[in-house]
Amino acid sequence: MIRVILPAHLKNLAHVQGEVQLEVAGPDQDPGPVTQRRVLDVLEAQYPMLLGTIRDRHSGQRRAFVRFYACEEDLSNEPPDAPLPERVVAGQEPFIILGAMAGG
Amino acid sequence: MSGVRVLVGTRKGAFILTSDGSRNDWTIDGPHFGGWEVYHLNGSPADPDRLYASQSGGWFGQLIQRSDDGGKTWTTVGNDFTYAGGAGEHLWYDGTPRPWEFKRIWHLEPTRDDPDTVYAGAEDAALYVSTDGGQKWTELTALRTHPTGPTWQPGAGGLCLHTIILDPANKDRIYVAISAAGAFRSDDGGASWLPINKGLRSGEIPDQDAEVGHCVHRITQHPARPDTLFMQKHWDVMRSDDAGASWREVSGNLPSDFGFPIAVHAHEPETIYVVPIKSDSEHFPPEGRLRVYRSRTGGEEWEPLTNGLPQSNCYVNVLRDAMAVDTLDPCGIYFGTTGGQVYHSADGGDSWAPIVRDLPAVLSVEVQVLP
Repeated sequence: MIRVILPAHLKNLAHVQGEVQLEVAGPDQDPGPVTQRRVLDVLEAQYPMLLGTIRDRHSGQRRAFVRFYACEEDLSNEPPDAPLPERVVAGQEPFIILGAMAGG
Repeated sequence: MSGVRVLVGTRKGAFILTSDGSRNDWTIDGPHFGGWEVYHLNGSPADPDRLYASQSGGWFGQLIQRSDDGGKTWTTVGNDFTYAGGAGEHLWYDGTPRPWEFKRIWHLEPTRDDPDTVYAGAEDAALYVSTDGGQKWTELTALRTHPTGPTWQPGAGGLCLHTIILDPANKDRIYVAISAAGAFRSDDGGASWLPINKGLRSGEIPDQDAEVGHCVHRITQHPARPDTLFMQKHWDVMRSDDAGASWREVSGNLPSDFGFPIAVHAHEPETIYVVPIKSDSEHFPPEGRLRVYRSRTGGEEWEPLTNGLPQSNCYVNVLRDAMAVDTLDPCGIYFGTTGGQVYHSADGGDSWAPIVRDLPAVLSVEVQVLP
C-alpha cells in the first residue's frame, strides 16, 4: 500500500483527511516497478477531481508549482517512470505532494 | 416575497450573499473554495439553483465546480480545456509569435433555456461550450482560428475572453470580447466570427481603424433591445445600435472615460452605469471618490451617484465582471471592489450601502432573483 500526502487544497478537493492509501502493486496490477507515474495514475483514477491539478492532463508534465518529496529527497525532477524509493513502495514512508512556496 | 442571491468571486474564494426581496438584511455564506481564485460564478436563468464556478490557482490549475442546490454543495466537473486542432500562435507583448497556452476560465455563461448548456471564455482567448452540465468542454474553434488570430496580442491582464453575450432574440447570435483583440460576433452559433470594432479609437495601437487590436473591457446589452450594445473600452464608453456593425463614443461629461464594468438597468434600456477610473496607469477612482455614473439617455449625459459611497481616500478598483443588476422593481445595482467591499443599491443607484466590507479582492459579481 502506497501512502500519499496531499496538500491542503487537494485534500479539500478530494474530500479526504490525513493520508491517502493507494493499492498500486497488488496481485492484479502491473508487476513492474512502482513509479511516480503509476502512483499518480492510481491517485487520479481513485480521485478524478484531481485530474489536471498535479500534472497536465495530456502531456503528463508536472505543474510548475507542484513538488514531489519522499524519504527527505526532492523527487520532483525525477523521470516519471523512475522507480520510487523502496521505503515508499513498502509503505514505510509517504510520497508527499505539495505546493511550492510561491504567491500570496 | 422573492429573494435575491448575489454570487461573488474573489481572489481567495467565492461568497454567496442572500436577502429577501427587500434587500435590507443580508446573509453572507462562504468562503467556498477558500484560498482559490474564483474568477466567475454564474447561475442558470433556466434553473436558478444550477450554479457554475470557475476555480483556479497558480499551483493546481483550473477546475470547474457545479452546484445543483443554489450553492449549498458543489461537485467538480470537467476541466479539460484543450485547443482543438493544435494551439496555433498569437503575438506576444514583444511582437514575437507565441503558442496559445491555456491559463484559466474568466467567464461562464449558462444559456437561457438549458441549465446543462454553458459557455466558457478562456485565457488565452478561446470559447468553449458544454452541453452536459460542465462535464465535457468543446472549443468553438472558428473564433481562435479567425484569420486575424495570429495578430492578437494580450492586454496587461492577459489574452482573455471575458465577455460572452448570448443574444436573447436570436439563438444563433453570440457576442464575445477579448482583451486586447476586440469584439466579435457570430450569427451562426459560433461556426464563424466577424470582428465588430468599427468606430473604436484606441490610442494604444498605431492604426486607429484596425480591424482588431482594441482593448474592449466589457460589453452589455438590454434584452429588450438586442441590437443596442454598450461598451466600456480601455478608454471611452461606446454604444452601437446595429449589433456592433458600428460604434460611437458616448463618454460625454464623464470625469474619466477609463473603466472596466458597464451595466444596463433591468427595466430602462437607455439607463446605463459605469464606474470611472482615473487612468490606465492609476486604477482607482478620480480624486479618491468612488462614484458610479448613471446615464438615463443611453450615454453622453452622465450624473454621479455618490450617496452611501466613500467620497474621500478611496483607491479601490472595480473589475470588468464585478457589476450586475437584478430584475426587481426598483432595479438593484451591485458591484464589488478590489478592496473587498460589495455595494448595492435597491433604488436604481440613488443610494448605496455595503452588503459586506472585508472580503478578498472581488473579481466578479452576478445576481439572481429567486422565486
